[in-house]
Amino acid sequence: MSVLFDSRFLSSALLIFSVLFPFLTDNQYFLHVLSLAFIWAIAVYGLNLIGGYTGQLSLAHAGFFGVGAYSAGLLMVKGGMNFWPALAAAVLITTVLGFFVGLIALRTKEHFFAIYTLCVGYIIYLIIYKWEGLTEGVRGLIGIPSPAPIGPITFDTPQSQYYLLLFFLVFVIFIMKRIVHSLIGRTYMAIRNSEELAETIGINAMKHKMISFVLSTSFAGLAGALYASFVRFIGPDIAYVNIIFDMLTYLIVGGIGTLSGPLIGTIFIVSVSQSLQFLEELRMLIFGPLLIALIIFYPRGIAGGIQSLLHKRKKTLQIRKGLRQSAAVEEGK
Amino acid sequence: MLRTIGLTKKFGGLTAVDNVDFTIEKGMITAIIGPNGAGKSTFFNLISGLHPPSGGKIFFNNRDITSLKPYQTARLGIARTFQTTHLFEQATVLENVMIGHRLRTKSGIWDAVFKTKRLKREEKAAREKAYEALEFTGLVGTADRLVSDLSQEEKKRTAIALALATEPQIIFLDEPAAGINPEETEKLGQLMKQMVSKGITVCLIEHKMQLVMSLADRIMVLNHGKKIAEGTPDEIKNDDAVIRAYLGGGKSA
Amino acid sequence: MDTFIQQIFNGLTVGSVYSLFALGLTLVYGILHIPNFAHGALYMVGGYITLMMMTHAGLHYVLAIFISVIVVGLLAVLMERVVFYPLRNTPPLQDKIAAIGIMLFLEALIQFIWGAEYRSMPTPFGRVVEFLGITVTTQRILIIAAAVIIMLLLYLFLKKTMTGAAIIAMSQNREGAFLSGINANKTAMLTFFISGALAAVASSISAPINLVFPGMGHLVILKAFVIIIIGGMGSIPGAIIGGYILGFSESLGAAFISNDYKDLIAFILLIMILTLRPKGLFAREVQ
Ligand SMILES: Nc1ncnc2c1ncn2[C@@H]1O[C@H](COP(=O)(O)OP(=O)(O)OP(=O)(O)O)[C@@H](O)[C@H]1O
Ligand SMILES: [Mg+2]
Repeated sequence: MSVLFDSRFLSSALLIFSVLFPFLTDNQYFLHVLSLAFIWAIAVYGLNLIGGYTGQLSLAHAGFFGVGAYSAGLLMVKGGMNFWPALAAAVLITTVLGFFVGLIALRTKEHFFAIYTLCVGYIIYLIIYKWEGLTEGVRGLIGIPSPAPIGPITFDTPQSQYYLLLFFLVFVIFIMKRIVHSLIGRTYMAIRNSEELAETIGINAMKHKMISFVLSTSFAGLAGALYASFVRFIGPDIAYVNIIFDMLTYLIVGGIGTLSGPLIGTIFIVSVSQSLQFLEELRMLIFGPLLIALIIFYPRGIAGGIQSLLHKRKKTLQIRKGLRQSAAVEEGK
Repeated sequence: MLRTIGLTKKFGGLTAVDNVDFTIEKGMITAIIGPNGAGKSTFFNLISGLHPPSGGKIFFNNRDITSLKPYQTARLGIARTFQTTHLFEQATVLENVMIGHRLRTKSGIWDAVFKTKRLKREEKAAREKAYEALEFTGLVGTADRLVSDLSQEEKKRTAIALALATEPQIIFLDEPAAGINPEETEKLGQLMKQMVSKGITVCLIEHKMQLVMSLADRIMVLNHGKKIAEGTPDEIKNDDAVIRAYLGGGKSA
Repeated sequence: MDTFIQQIFNGLTVGSVYSLFALGLTLVYGILHIPNFAHGALYMVGGYITLMMMTHAGLHYVLAIFISVIVVGLLAVLMERVVFYPLRNTPPLQDKIAAIGIMLFLEALIQFIWGAEYRSMPTPFGRVVEFLGITVTTQRILIIAAAVIIMLLLYLFLKKTMTGAAIIAMSQNREGAFLSGINANKTAMLTFFISGALAAVASSISAPINLVFPGMGHLVILKAFVIIIIGGMGSIPGAIIGGYILGFSESLGAAFISNDYKDLIAFILLIMILTLRPKGLFAREVQ
């Protein structure tokens, strides 16, 4: 029983399942939905790094997602670039922008940071929306090419695109895992816990927040660029504040500040919303109250809930073991 | 070892610390006492760099540290605890204390992503350092427990262990004995003496007079931000200004 | 010269709406330290209730506003009881996210009931009059007059009544207010009621010159945050002055710089302010 909950076992099982998934279903639509969820999950991992682990709730990440998407889209459509250099350039552009935004935004704290980043996100949206000469404004950018082939490997079927996105997702999760389970991740968590305390034990909070923020914007940019090439059409709406709220919902439902949370939350909500298609715009009728209820009763989401359950199990097991040992000692006497 | 000259902090119209000249000698236990709101914690905040002073200077080992940030003073060897602990409640004691060694490590994000030798070495060092601090504070048995499951007194010791893990030369303790019982207070006094014998200079803020009088080599008394007396416990006990400050009530004046 | 006076008058109109709206946000922030992201949703609901009372129930504009004020005020109180009260001792991340949840819910709810289309609100004050050499509608005069009167009433309430004094005391010093026996629960509920009521008035008087739609609160809430940062989070005079500053900068900016980008002015202002002063203008040092 307990082996089922072992995280290494679980993650390998999950990986094998997602690799086999395209063979298990003929339904192209499922594949499409799951691929989309992978893209969003990458962005939500970014949000989790800065918001969940470092404690700085950034509301600008839909904006960075948009910057990634538009950079890649414009470079390919108007600049005639190949997908791969465009992808790299899009991530780079987003990262550089993230660096400059972070430099100023991170000097503000708590509420001010949230408000500031919300405004940054809104400015990015407004610029995309109004700068028609470059971005085509409300008409949106159409005809974005699919990922270009690498040698013999092509990405023109849903299956191959699915694997490409899976690859990037696994890559991002791998980086996150390495960070979170190291001294670096502990540093971020110390800052989240109390910036004051972190500073007095010698942690340069500004520097570490910067690194975390910039990396998180790269993830958002990467997700945006992948989105552009996968959906092949983008409009200013992808940078709108609604998107950041969607991302937050995925994160909270899955479990903020947990490694598996973004994945669980995104896949869960994206697939539920797809099956509740008739709700469309109105999904927030359900997700809004869900978000609030989770925050009040289960602030650490699905993954956090499972974690604390496991922790309790472990504790009772330990206590039982302890009792048995002491009983054995008694008998030995 | 640490010296302040004319140290002043104003919060709007209120002068929380007012022109304080003070010296802390190496290897001693120095206590700061005074009524509530006298400016004691603010004095600590100024030294550790949490607040920039409005005036005056701070020297540590003859180096001007007046404008340094908290993380810089920490690296120089100044550690502190807070009046209320800010520990990470959902993590274990060991995890909390390990991060105290972070300031002596150099690993960055690349080390984490590539799991470099340096990272492994430094993580091992942090763990060892944390165990050392836990052993010193008598917390080894609780290393794997969540901080949220600890008693108030254990939390305070964990905060001290965390401060010790930074390898300080001097440690500032803000009311370490507040809210703990007499027996534990006794032990805490012992712990501070052990720190001194390990070569760490101790400076504490404390309201429990018995502890202060039995422990401190020197005492400074603050009232309304001003230093009103300084000396050995015996001198302080018989100081008119101090008696007046305590009996006259710091608040009403 | 005429456009200049015209723009000043526009700034006064827009600024009045901003000030009223930002006042509620700053009151709530002062007392509970919550940046209430759902405040824009209250504004939106206020607009809809007034509109629906007029078109569906056939009520007079003024009566419709009155009902809207009561309903939205109570909605704000409900919000405080059900969501913010249980979250009062949790990390600051959580009430922000909860506020966002409320906002999403209210928008979806309104859209569910009344649809997503843009609607215009009729007004009995549509007459055009000559005034100081410029032509204005009586609606705009009404906006300015109503805002000034409401702000005066609010001022009298806060300064001259015991309940008002309790709100001020609590926003200046929470612990002290508790010690002096102020009923914190009642004060918080009352503050939320006032903030909801102000949001409803602000949207109802401005709706005839704007439009009513589910997302109408988005831009307004962002600008209101800018305003209360300019004026100092929690400061009442700050919110009023900040509202007019933004109103004037926008209407002058629209006339003399670019109408397309006038909505950016607020954010550029904010970015400048927070860049120079990360804790906001007029920040008090508090722990
Ligand atoms: N960040 C701050 N902003 C504004 N005023 C402050 C701040 N920190 C402290 N003060 C004020 O400075 C004065 C001194 O406070 P301080 O905390 O230093 O007193 P203390 O001597 O530590 O008291 P206690 O024994 O109660 O801990 C108090 O009046 C307090 O209100
Ligand atoms: Mg103190």
